[in-house]
Amino acid sequence: MSTSVDVKTLLIDGQEVSARSGQTILEVAKENDIYIPTLCHLDGLSDVGACRLCVVEIKGNNKLFPACVTSVFEGMEVTTVTERLQKHRLTILEMLFAERNHICSVCVANGHCELQTLGQEQGLTHVRLPYRNPELPVDASHERFTLDHNRCIMCTRCVRVCAEIEGAHVWDVMGRGIDSMIISDLHEEWGKSSCTRCGKCVQVCPTGALFDKSKIGSDHPKYPDFLPNLNLMREAQ
Amino acid sequence: MSKLKLATVWLDGCSGCHMSFLDMDERLIALAELVDVVYSPIVDTKVFPDEVDIALVEGAVASVDDEKKIKKIRAHSKLLVAMGDCAVAGNVPSMRNPIGPEAILDRAYIENADVQRQIPCVVVPKLLRVVRPIHEFVKVDVFLPGCPPSADTFHAALTALVTGEPLDVPALTRFGA
Ligand code: SF4
Ligand code: SF4
Ligand code: SF4
Ligand code: FES
Repeated sequence: MSTSVDVKTLLIDGQEVSARSGQTILEVAKENDIYIPTLCHLDGLSDVGACRLCVVEIKGNNKLFPACVTSVFEGMEVTTVTERLQKHRLTILEMLFAERNHICSVCVANGHCELQTLGQEQGLTHVRLPYRNPELPVDASHERFTLDHNRCIMCTRCVRVCAEIEGAHVWDVMGRGIDSMIISDLHEEWGKSSCTRCGKCVQVCPTGALFDKSKIGSDHPKYPDFLPNLNLMREAQ
Repeated sequence: MSKLKLATVWLDGCSGCHMSFLDMDERLIALAELVDVVYSPIVDTKVFPDEVDIALVEGAVASVDDEKKIKKIRAHSKLLVAMGDCAVAGNVPSMRNPIGPEAILDRAYIENADVQRQIPCVVVPKLLRVVRPIHEFVKVDVFLPGCPPSADTFHAALTALVTGEPLDVPALTRFGA
């Protein structure tokens, strides 16, 4: 460990913070207890910048930047709360609600859902976009778990946890844009796939899309915080 | 100060929102000091009055009848409140949207019927192809999500609306609450 650490100094919401070179804005914000809303990001997994909920503004640039995949630089000035950002975050959430079929009152994740919680937190009381009402399948072929495409928000946390942590790489994304779908193996039934039945994807899924068959109603909290601990234990070995 | 005129309406919902409204219990007595209930499933008036101050609407718009009603309600109400997830988001009634009304009618009146297999077509209003929240038809002033919104939510929201105090809906309720 002879290499000296390259330290960057930046401002987040006017607060001076220091970071290591290569860290993302989100990592640095978290270390300094500055809250940025996230959905596809999960501590312990790689980042893909899929949901765009974590967008922030950087002084000197008119674009919006996803904090989970944007690295810090010296002298950077980041703003995490502006009217423009809030408008975008709200619109993203509305698009997620309108895209598939979210009926919270009868959803297995009701009360434990990150999409629902973020909606409330960002002040969402209704969806201004027309609902799309697509007809989507439910894969209940697995003996322990179910995948309900109606509730999937394509965050790809399941894809990443299964490939990166479990090493089984059961999940993948098929199709493009609004038609993309999560598939198991080469688009086979989950019950016939190479799944090891570890349940990690179920625990990290932020919504009611992946759930444990033994759970009903509002009895399905998830525990994604096992991930950083598991990673730490593996690193220690 | 004269009392405000309050109407409550039941479109395509389960009446749960009205039940929750009644769950305000003794607080209803205090509320009755401030408002007159001029139209509601729980009072006897048959025709929606010409001038209503606050209209609480439960249920989604699912039939041609609902559509006619919501337009009339809007035209005669100063403040329109979408009450509960069905009115706000479509909710359970909208679960038929991906498969369409024929499939539902068929299941209810043909497949599952033992006698008189036929789909009702007189007196009952025609179903719309797609069930939609009320704000897709008319302007809505206040959205109160929840299935149903709790009695406490009703109490806080109505108190704010009647007194003109600020109302922070997300602090009170959410979809599925
Ligand atoms: S996944 Fe979340 S937002 Fe979607 S219906 Fe279920 S509780 Fe509601
Ligand atoms: S339960 Fe199966 S699909 Fe899910 S992470 Fe484990 S191996 Fe992958
Ligand atoms: S199934 Fe769950 S974890 Fe996987 S992409 Fe959909 S919402 Fe995300
Ligand atoms: S959390 Fe950054 S894009 Fe989803």
